[in-house]
Amino acid sequence: MSPEPIDPTVLRIDEGGVTLLGGWSATSGLRHFPPSPVCPFTGADDVVPVDLPRTGTVWLHTTVTVAPPGYSGPVPYGLGIVELDGDPLLRVVSRLSGEGLHRGAPVELGADEVPGPDGAPAVTWVFHT
Amino acid sequence: MSDVRITGVGMHPFGRFGEMTGTAMGVTAVRAALAEAGIGAGDVQAAFCGTAYGGVAAGHRVLSSLAGTGIPIYDVEAGCASGGAALQLGAASIASGQHDRVLVFGIEKMPKGIIRSSFFAPWQEAAGLSPAPAFFALRAQRLLAETGLTEDHLAQVVVKNRRHGVANPDAMFRKPVTAEEVLGSRMICPPLRLFMLCSPNEGAAAVVLERTGGPGSIGLAGISLRSHLPGSVLGEDSPLCGIDDSAITPPTTLAARDAFAQAGLGPTDVDVVECQDTDAARELLAWAELGLCRPGEQAGMLADGDALVGGRLPVNPSGGLLSKGEPLGASALGQVVEIVRQLRGEAGERQVAGARVGLAHVIGRGANACVTVLVA
Repeated sequence: MSPEPIDPTVLRIDEGGVTLLGGWSATSGLRHFPPSPVCPFTGADDVVPVDLPRTGTVWLHTTVTVAPPGYSGPVPYGLGIVELDGDPLLRVVSRLSGEGLHRGAPVELGADEVPGPDGAPAVTWVFHT
Repeated sequence: MSDVRITGVGMHPFGRFGEMTGTAMGVTAVRAALAEAGIGAGDVQAAFCGTAYGGVAAGHRVLSSLAGTGIPIYDVEAGCASGGAALQLGAASIASGQHDRVLVFGIEKMPKGIIRSSFFAPWQEAAGLSPAPAFFALRAQRLLAETGLTEDHLAQVVVKNRRHGVANPDAMFRKPVTAEEVLGSRMICPPLRLFMLCSPNEGAAAVVLERTGGPGSIGLAGISLRSHLPGSVLGEDSPLCGIDDSAITPPTTLAARDAFAQAGLGPTDVDVVECQDTDAARELLAWAELGLCRPGEQAGMLADGDALVGGRLPVNPSGGLLSKGEPLGASALGQVVEIVRQLRGEAGERQVAGARVGLAHVIGRGANACVTVLVA
């Protein structure tokens, strides 16, 4: 059996790989992640589900060298903030990987596998160069 | 808030104390504060206890140990601002006329290492999307990218605060460090190295608030607790997404404006500051967010030694959290104890000469910021 998404409300796995699940409110005109019943920026409650873009650019990045509590995957790993393609601006926290990570570097969504909260392998997302 | 006075302060040092309980540390701090105020535990009308990890009714355990129960005892949690939130509620209970004399204290006993918090969903921890130092590092990366500040400037903050901490018997680290040592310490999350991050630890601090105070009492001229406005992915609430935040006012600025307005004072009136230095970049951000300088002026202030004791505007004369460590519930009140001692002229070797107006600032998880303005 292939691993399940680390949280089914956050990402979906299908033939195309992983997709980040988001929300969009017509009233606020803003996208958000993960999907929430109300727009987290304005409180508007006309949120509809959207699939978020699979591409973006690195805004900020660092490296986690010490495993934080509750995490049993490999260290070090890249962590940062990606500005997803499309308007208006949406910044998403993500694991990062690949060579040449720098501000403005184009990145693409992919799958990563880590032990889930119950220890079983789980699929999470990573943006890679 | 002009009718709220601080008539007594007390501390249990910040550090690591083996089997000693948070309750025992709280008793030490509370007894010292009550003694300074010249009263007993039975003489306060309410108690407010800040703690994040103290468990159910942590404040009650301290008051029970002093036979001081029977009054209302409020346990207050607001992340790193827990002690500030307790102080704000205590001050409001006097300003509103509800009480004439209350006790405010903070206690904490935390494990070593990266702080774990029930704030995050288990899946988010498992995905590696919860480490506090990484979020601090991303904020630091932005600061460096947008202001031209460098890792050398971060190191200078650590050198300053550790130099101050040498003279503070309540601090955990009392050895000075050089910039070379800071920049040679272990990389945790670039650009933040081990010495640039404060240590979660243990300790307690307490203050007595009264409607009237005699000579030597300190005026609590303004205090404000504000949480974050929505939108910034770098907010201390660590959301998973954010939008353009260039027009979003940070919670520290919101709280500072409120507190200054209550006090009828402004940033240029301040003589001494204790501010949140969870990491070295956090202190430099706070300078600008509090209005102590404009964004981009931090490098000049560091070069001129402005923030050193003896400088134009000393910041963290106690040594800051980088020297003291950060017991979450106690850290805000530890700052207030330091400012009170400074304004009384009792800070010894780290005394800021002639200090009359002081400011204390904390911010943390949940993005509550608390700013307190104290006047001699």
